[in-house]
Amino acid sequence: MDHTPPPFFKRGPAPLVRLFFFASLSLALLVIDARFRYVDGLRTWLALAAYPIQRAATWPIDVAASLGSYLSMQASIIEENQRLRAQLLASVQDAQRYQELQSEAAEMRRMIGATDKLPVLAMPAEVLYLSRDPYAHRLFIDRGSAQGVKPGSPVADDTGVIGQITRVHPLLSEVTLLTNPDQAIPVQVVRNGLRAVAFGGGASGMIELRYMPANAEVQDGDRLVTSGIDGTYPPGLAVATVVRIERDVERSFARVYCKPSAGVERGRYVLVLTNETARPPRPEEGQKDRRGEKTRRSKGKDKSAAEKADKAIGDDSQ
Amino acid sequence: MIPSSSQILRPVRLSTIIGSFALALFLNFLPWPDLRFVPDFVALVLAFWCVRQPRLVGLGVGWIIGLFTDAGNGVLLGQHALAYSLLAFLSVWLSRRILWFGPMLQSLHIALILLVTQAAVLVVRLGAGDPFPGWPIIVGPLLGAVLWPAATSLLLLPQRRPEREQAI
Repeated sequence: MDHTPPPFFKRGPAPLVRLFFFASLSLALLVIDARFRYVDGLRTWLALAAYPIQRAATWPIDVAASLGSYLSMQASIIEENQRLRAQLLASVQDAQRYQELQSEAAEMRRMIGATDKLPVLAMPAEVLYLSRDPYAHRLFIDRGSAQGVKPGSPVADDTGVIGQITRVHPLLSEVTLLTNPDQAIPVQVVRNGLRAVAFGGGASGMIELRYMPANAEVQDGDRLVTSGIDGTYPPGLAVATVVRIERDVERSFARVYCKPSAGVERGRYVLVLTNETARPPRPEEGQKDRRGEKTRRSKGKDKSAAEKADKAIGDDSQ
Repeated sequence: MIPSSSQILRPVRLSTIIGSFALALFLNFLPWPDLRFVPDFVALVLAFWCVRQPRLVGLGVGWIIGLFTDAGNGVLLGQHALAYSLLAFLSVWLSRRILWFGPMLQSLHIALILLVTQAAVLVVRLGAGDPFPGWPIIVGPLLGAVLWPAATSLLLLPQRRPEREQAI
């Protein structure tokens, strides 16, 4: 005799067994993703499948924006027009001075025999959405490998750097913001040329300079720009302004807190910069891990950038 | 007005379930200003279907939707998969008990389930080396639980019979 229950009582394996199965599957995926990055192909497919919904989710904002512009009053348009014209005048003056200075700089560079700087290409992109995870500090833009975006490219808006491309999917790519604690960027103080590395400050929305000597010459209000010595970020992009300095007697390092100059957490349009310079080969992997820090899940170029900048600090302090 | 528990519902259609998940993912991907104070709509819809239809929607569905959430948000692959399968397990396990209560007490159960889900995500994040993000992260799950009665009546709408049919 057959003693199996009739099919309408069948519920498959017990829920606890299933939970065990799926939990171990998730944990295996987590470990593989965190340590070895074998599953990037799977991630790309999943991201492509989720793309229509993500694209649709930006639609209400587009509609609101177009409705707003449709209903905006003539007066405000006239006012904006005037403001823009004044801005244009100022910019034209700046542009003229810029051309003059550029030719002058090129001449001087020829005189000292330095190579010409290669132009930086910029690709405009639109922010699709922020990562749902409040501590991920990532955003997604609507340009991917189909448009020629490469991992490691810096991303900026009209006022400064906002982050770096860390993953590229076919139709969209992922930008890690400067405020992400794992993100480092080599910077330089405009006032005196002091070089440092800035790290993301996490939920505070700030970035900080760590490992600065306690007597480093930094003041409140100092502007920081990219130093460009890493070969990833083009030099001279605005990064942040110093707002607070903590010099603790007990610690040998000063902590410098800075406010990002770009709208890292706001704004809708960004520029993906490509800075294809003919770089000399990287130095040997001898002086790695000077910082002795866990740059796990290291972002390729970014890590080497931090190392190089670290070396620069070492040179400075000697 | 007949109380909802005594109504006989129509059998659920598969398109309703798929549509509700698509809508929840859409709501999650909307560009919210501060994500810590926004409830996780996918978790809410998943809990609903696990409570109402434990034979159709269970751990497997939760796991796959978790993977989509992870890939879409660019976080470690598997953290939401783990959290959502835990949520599905708790909801299926407690489904008989939850349906016994009224909307308010159901919300309390759901609050507990959503908090456990959030805790699972948090544990994975802490294990991966991230700092503790602060207590506001429990606001999202609690808001989700507050939305539970509204979500229930909304998601049951396609299964309700018209009043006239009821009277016969």
